[in-house]
Amino acid sequence: MDALPRPKLKSKKPKYSRFTQQELPAWKPILTPGWVIASFVAVAILFIPAGLLCLSASERVVEIIDRYDDECLPDSYSNKGDSFIQSKDTNKTCVRTMKVPKKMTAPVFIYYQLDNFYQNHRRYVKSRSDKQLRDPGFADETRDCKPEDNLHGDENEPIIPCGLVAWSLFNDTYILSKGNKVLDINKKDIAWKSDTEIKFGSDVYPKNFQKGELIGGGELDETKPLSEQEDLIVWMRTAALPNFRKLYGKINSDLEANETITIVIQNNYNTYEFGGEKRIVLSTMSWIGGKNDFFGIAFLTIGGICLFMAINFILLYVCKPRPLGDPSYLSWNRNPSGQ
Amino acid sequence: MGTGRKRRLHFSKIYSFKCGKNTFDDDHSQIGGPGFSRVVYCNETGVSEVATQSYADNYVRSTKYTPMTFLPKSLFEQFRRVANFYFLVTGIMAFTPLAPYSAGSAILPLIIVIGATMVKEGIEDWQRQQQDHEVNNRKVKVHGGRGVFESREWKKLRVGDVVKVEKDQFFPADLLLLSSSYEDAVCYVETMNLDGETNLKLKQSLDATSSINDDSNFNDFKATVKCEDPNASLYTFVGTMEFQEQQYALSPQQLLLRDSKLRNTDYIYGAVIFTGHDTKVIQNSTDAPSKRSGIERRMDSIIYFLFLILFLIAFLGSIYFGIVTKDDLDGDRMKRWYLGPDRSEIFFDPKRAPVAAIYHFLTALMLYSYLIPISLYVSIEIVKVLQTVFINNDIHMYYEVADKPAHARTSNLTEELGQIDTILSDKTGTLTCNSMEFIKCSVAGTAYGRGVTEVERAMAKRTGSPLIVNGRDQLLDDANDSDSTLAVKGYNFEDERITNGYWIHEPHSNVIQKFFRLLAICHTAIPDVDEETGKVTYEAESPDEAAFVIAARELGFEFYKRTQTTVSFMEFDPIFKRKVERTYELLNVLEFNSARKRMSVIVRDQDGKLLLLCKGADSVMFDRLAKNGRQFEEATKEHVHDYADAGLRTLILAYRELSEDEYKEFNEKFIEAKNSVSADRDDLIDETTEEIEKDLILLGATAVEDKLQKGVPECIDKLAQAGIKIWVLTGDKMETAINVGFACSLLRQGMKQIIVTLESPEIIAAQKAGEKNAIAKVSKDSVKKQILAGKAQLDASSSDPYALIIDGKSLAYALHDDIKNTFLELAVGCASVICCRSSPKQKALVTRLVKEGTGKTTLAIGDGANDVGMLQEADIGIGISGVEGMQAVMSSDIAIAQFRFLERLLLVHGHWCYRRISSMICYFFYKNIAFGTTVFLYEAYASFSGQPAYNDWYLSLYNVFFTSLPAIALGVFDQDVSARFCLKFPLLYQEGVQNTLFRWRRIFGWMLNGLASGVVIFFLCIRALDPESYRKNGKTAGMEVVGATIYTCVVWVVNCQMALAVSYFTLIQHIFIWGGIVLWYIFLLAYGAMPVNFSTTAYKVFLETLAPSPSYWFVTLFVSIAALIPYYCYKAVQMRFFPAYHGMIQWIRYEGHTDDPEYVNMVRQRSIRTTTVGFTARSIARDNNLYHLNLERQASAR
Repeated sequence: MDALPRPKLKSKKPKYSRFTQQELPAWKPILTPGWVIASFVAVAILFIPAGLLCLSASERVVEIIDRYDDECLPDSYSNKGDSFIQSKDTNKTCVRTMKVPKKMTAPVFIYYQLDNFYQNHRRYVKSRSDKQLRDPGFADETRDCKPEDNLHGDENEPIIPCGLVAWSLFNDTYILSKGNKVLDINKKDIAWKSDTEIKFGSDVYPKNFQKGELIGGGELDETKPLSEQEDLIVWMRTAALPNFRKLYGKINSDLEANETITIVIQNNYNTYEFGGEKRIVLSTMSWIGGKNDFFGIAFLTIGGICLFMAINFILLYVCKPRPLGDPSYLSWNRNPSGQ
Repeated sequence: MGTGRKRRLHFSKIYSFKCGKNTFDDDHSQIGGPGFSRVVYCNETGVSEVATQSYADNYVRSTKYTPMTFLPKSLFEQFRRVANFYFLVTGIMAFTPLAPYSAGSAILPLIIVIGATMVKEGIEDWQRQQQDHEVNNRKVKVHGGRGVFESREWKKLRVGDVVKVEKDQFFPADLLLLSSSYEDAVCYVETMNLDGETNLKLKQSLDATSSINDDSNFNDFKATVKCEDPNASLYTFVGTMEFQEQQYALSPQQLLLRDSKLRNTDYIYGAVIFTGHDTKVIQNSTDAPSKRSGIERRMDSIIYFLFLILFLIAFLGSIYFGIVTKDDLDGDRMKRWYLGPDRSEIFFDPKRAPVAAIYHFLTALMLYSYLIPISLYVSIEIVKVLQTVFINNDIHMYYEVADKPAHARTSNLTEELGQIDTILSDKTGTLTCNSMEFIKCSVAGTAYGRGVTEVERAMAKRTGSPLIVNGRDQLLDDANDSDSTLAVKGYNFEDERITNGYWIHEPHSNVIQKFFRLLAICHTAIPDVDEETGKVTYEAESPDEAAFVIAARELGFEFYKRTQTTVSFMEFDPIFKRKVERTYELLNVLEFNSARKRMSVIVRDQDGKLLLLCKGADSVMFDRLAKNGRQFEEATKEHVHDYADAGLRTLILAYRELSEDEYKEFNEKFIEAKNSVSADRDDLIDETTEEIEKDLILLGATAVEDKLQKGVPECIDKLAQAGIKIWVLTGDKMETAINVGFACSLLRQGMKQIIVTLESPEIIAAQKAGEKNAIAKVSKDSVKKQILAGKAQLDASSSDPYALIIDGKSLAYALHDDIKNTFLELAVGCASVICCRSSPKQKALVTRLVKEGTGKTTLAIGDGANDVGMLQEADIGIGISGVEGMQAVMSSDIAIAQFRFLERLLLVHGHWCYRRISSMICYFFYKNIAFGTTVFLYEAYASFSGQPAYNDWYLSLYNVFFTSLPAIALGVFDQDVSARFCLKFPLLYQEGVQNTLFRWRRIFGWMLNGLASGVVIFFLCIRALDPESYRKNGKTAGMEVVGATIYTCVVWVVNCQMALAVSYFTLIQHIFIWGGIVLWYIFLLAYGAMPVNFSTTAYKVFLETLAPSPSYWFVTLFVSIAALIPYYCYKAVQMRFFPAYHGMIQWIRYEGHTDDPEYVNMVRQRSIRTTTVGFTARSIARDNNLYHLNLERQASAR
């Protein structure tokens, strides 16, 4: 009798629950005129003051920018920037002066800005060895660093720090002076803590760096561990876009308005070959960062658009009340074929 | 077997079929040759061990995989999808230096996605395996030696075993019938699972083995069977048996097929011939065609489109990359010296820039893979499985009586349910219950019976007149749900003139007596007396036959015993006022077949009188009446016409007395015909019976109601209002089909009927005269003419509703290639289409014609094995899991218990599923395009070097974690309007039929939206963060900061976009949408806290650099708002001024007008075309008619 279907012990009736019957309590929002207008107005109310706040913050920031790559090129070398920069004999020292437009309260941040420099190129980004930077035990971990991996291709002579990123280290230097007084440039704390404490080892020292046939950028003090070489650390946080600023140092004294700053630049870094521009930037900071009107403008624009839309919708709803159930509003009613 | 062989019947003698004695013919000479090599040693356990080793065992496997093959096979299945294959290739390529990201991060999402799909496959297969296990472990009694039978599992059966199968058990394998509990070794077999036919089939063993009918006899039974190899033909079998050193020929008559059931027979003995996969039924089973929904097909083309875009942008990027790379080195002079172009490896080598560009192309293909939603397929599968869970658990689609919930058997078609254009429905068992009720009769020219039929009720509804029929109206309405309120199943006869023995007071009581006696005698049913209660139940070949016997029993003619030669019934004797037993000697049974359309028995009553009792269709019976037997002809004809009009099945009853000589002559001829072995044996038998079935005396007519299932008219009305066309394809005759059409409002008065038929006199005349080709030609011409005429009529006045009714024979011609398109045009133009007398194959062909001809989505619904072809052919096959076999259900995509559940299945679940899936797919494309755009734009800023702004793991987890869950929640839970409104406004369904939510315009709209979002996000972010310092401490944003910020914005925007698109916020939506965003921050924290050699650029990025910076939060805020404004405005305008249909319903709900009839009607009547079918249309049409009638009257009155 086993072949017979067994008597059904329990009913197969589905259990009732709001979940299985798809009757869960739900909020069913619908874009009513009230909602639409209120939401636009709310955004506008929120954004317009925020925009003004950002603008005023940005307004208070004092920023001096000076492009010097062409200015520091002697006339005899105009249009031959590359031969100028590659030659060992040319004088790379260049003096620039600038006037402080408004009082700059300490700290004043000094940046160098590069243009058309693809630090985000994949070949460039990958050409580094994070392990080697962190741990002396991984000194020969230079697989990804080609062609700047080992000195003369000798595996026992790994370059520390290896790779194109380190090799192309920015090496212009700036000496700032106010009147006759040289301003002290603080190069501490220009890098992120996680870099100096974790990513760059305090017991990893540069080795074989810039000893190859081709010299890239700056050199490193072989007696200082990498964790203290903050210029390198800043450089090695690759920039996202081809024009970028990097922190050079800080001045911990105020600069008064109309003071003249003299900058002695060692114009070492080769941007002439790829047509890049070099700038030096002095800037104070606000709570939102450097001089950046974009935040304010963005907030104001979006707030303005929302206000505009709110007004439009008010007009639309008032002037053109919708006759509910007008068949012509059924889009697929007009063309029965549906296409 | 305690009771043993209580019924020793020799049915073989009274039936006309060929039995027992097979002759050797041509086929048998092939035995031993190729294709006929099987040798079975019956009952030789020892010998057969060796000999049958090569034959399959009886284990049946329906699973797709075995534990061994699961991994390779399912992996293969997965990677057949082009997107998955693409991701596999990119995953493998990720191990090369070409990859822009780490291999692990590329492979993990693929593993998750493939893993999830495989787990789903595995679970489904495991469920199948459980079913197999149940079947394979059923027990059957097997001869274990020395005449002892022991229980053994089905799977352990071997070829050659002798088994004993008892009543109502299934046969475990293909068996050779050896003997049965009947002395002449016949047995009844129900083959419903094989061919869907409900009538019982008779099988008989060889005479030689028929006497071995006791357990102990099998001790020394030995036989050798040689037969054909396993094949799929159910109706043929060729073999020989060597038994007691004699050769016997075997035929299908001795073969009992697996999956059929033993009925009306206590037990049989059989030898196993074919086992497991060798059995005919399994050889016959074809894999269900795999169906894909239209949306998925369109989705595939979108994915191909995205691939095209991907290749295009990769190609453009590569060209640019090649040019700038070549430019880097000009002789010895380097441009971008910091890239070391003079010492470059091949991927960036300016000297071989074209090669580098080609390699870059591969890199770009990997990088832009984020345009393709990797998790789309698996998300859709998860969503659909959950949708089917909802369908299965819908309490409104649960059928209490049969304890059957809806059951979605395949999960990949749920959204098609929302796009059905045409429903092709079977009639019997689908629209009707397939339960026959004896409801009326006409005896001696008087009509009896006051039951109200469903049709009459529908008609009453139509005319608006209250039903005043003996007050049972209310009761019947309630009784609709289940037959349990009816006192007796199959009997719904009420007439105080006849019941309770009152018939004797009627004027023609003698005729009435004969009438009911005929009902009690003239049938092939077998009574089953419950020994405790004394109640008699019947097992009949068809439900109408059962209805007759039951009616006779209820009216006092209780048939209770059948022997091989007698039929006995108890009759209330009006004279003696007690029940008396009457036993008639049964001489011959002249069976029913579709050509004869009648059946007769020849009996000898207790007085020795010979009687021929006959019942049959009116079309054949009235011609066979004797001159003196036509007393009640006119009245009966009228009644029969009325009954047919009311949708009832009618049969004419008549009888005739035979003289001994006449019978003797007939019997001789009949036996001779039966025993003839020539090809025209059947014709011979028909001819013989023809001669005796004449000069009949009319008794009356019966009317049996083929009950409509509950709620069918209402359901059809709703579906018609939803704009769905309904075609009925039935095997029934035209009159019945039209009756049912009327009953369920598919037809109505005032609807012009175009009838295409070959029953016209000239065709019949031609058929009698002509030979085959001529008939075909004449018929085809006639069909063509009728179709063209119909079409002309239709074109002339297209505003009127038309109904097309076509019969099977005409259909065969109408489906010819040259006419079929015209036929289709005609049929599509008609409001209702009914195809009657259509074969299963024709049903499938019509389905294909509709599906391919109109290009619309079709749904077929049916319950029997004859609907299988149709179910498999249609885009969706719905099986009715009713009383008939499981064949239709097994080949269906979704099984429901009642036709009326179709309403909820389509209008609610279908609509929702369609909406959910299409919205979800659009959203998937949106979010991936938004993300892909940012990746691409960043590339443009990285001189197309293939460097992503994002950390590897941000990239790979985008699709899997941060954005997929809300999409899945949308796909599972979103509702535009609640179920109540879906049903209240059936026209909403047209959104799916016309595919408004997944048309190209909408898809491209979403893609454009994604593109816009991506552009806004990218440019606002980079401008806000570069090049100035973004923080108070003066530090500038590196790649890791910019990347994480853009990514944050993307996550916010796509999740908020989702929040805007959702119209139904449950807690789940909130959790998934906001959870997706929160999850991103949690991930950023957790990932940033991991050791630096794992987290690389993300190390402490959030805690140290992002979170303390106000600009990060500001950017997130205004970018999210800015990116969403365009869609928000669009949606606000669209919702208010151009609402789609669901939008209008949302407004009505929101404004609280749902119960305001004016509003509701205004919205409800937005119709693309006037509804022409269903009772609502019926009443509207009637109102119009009345209106015009009134106008005319008023005009004439003036």
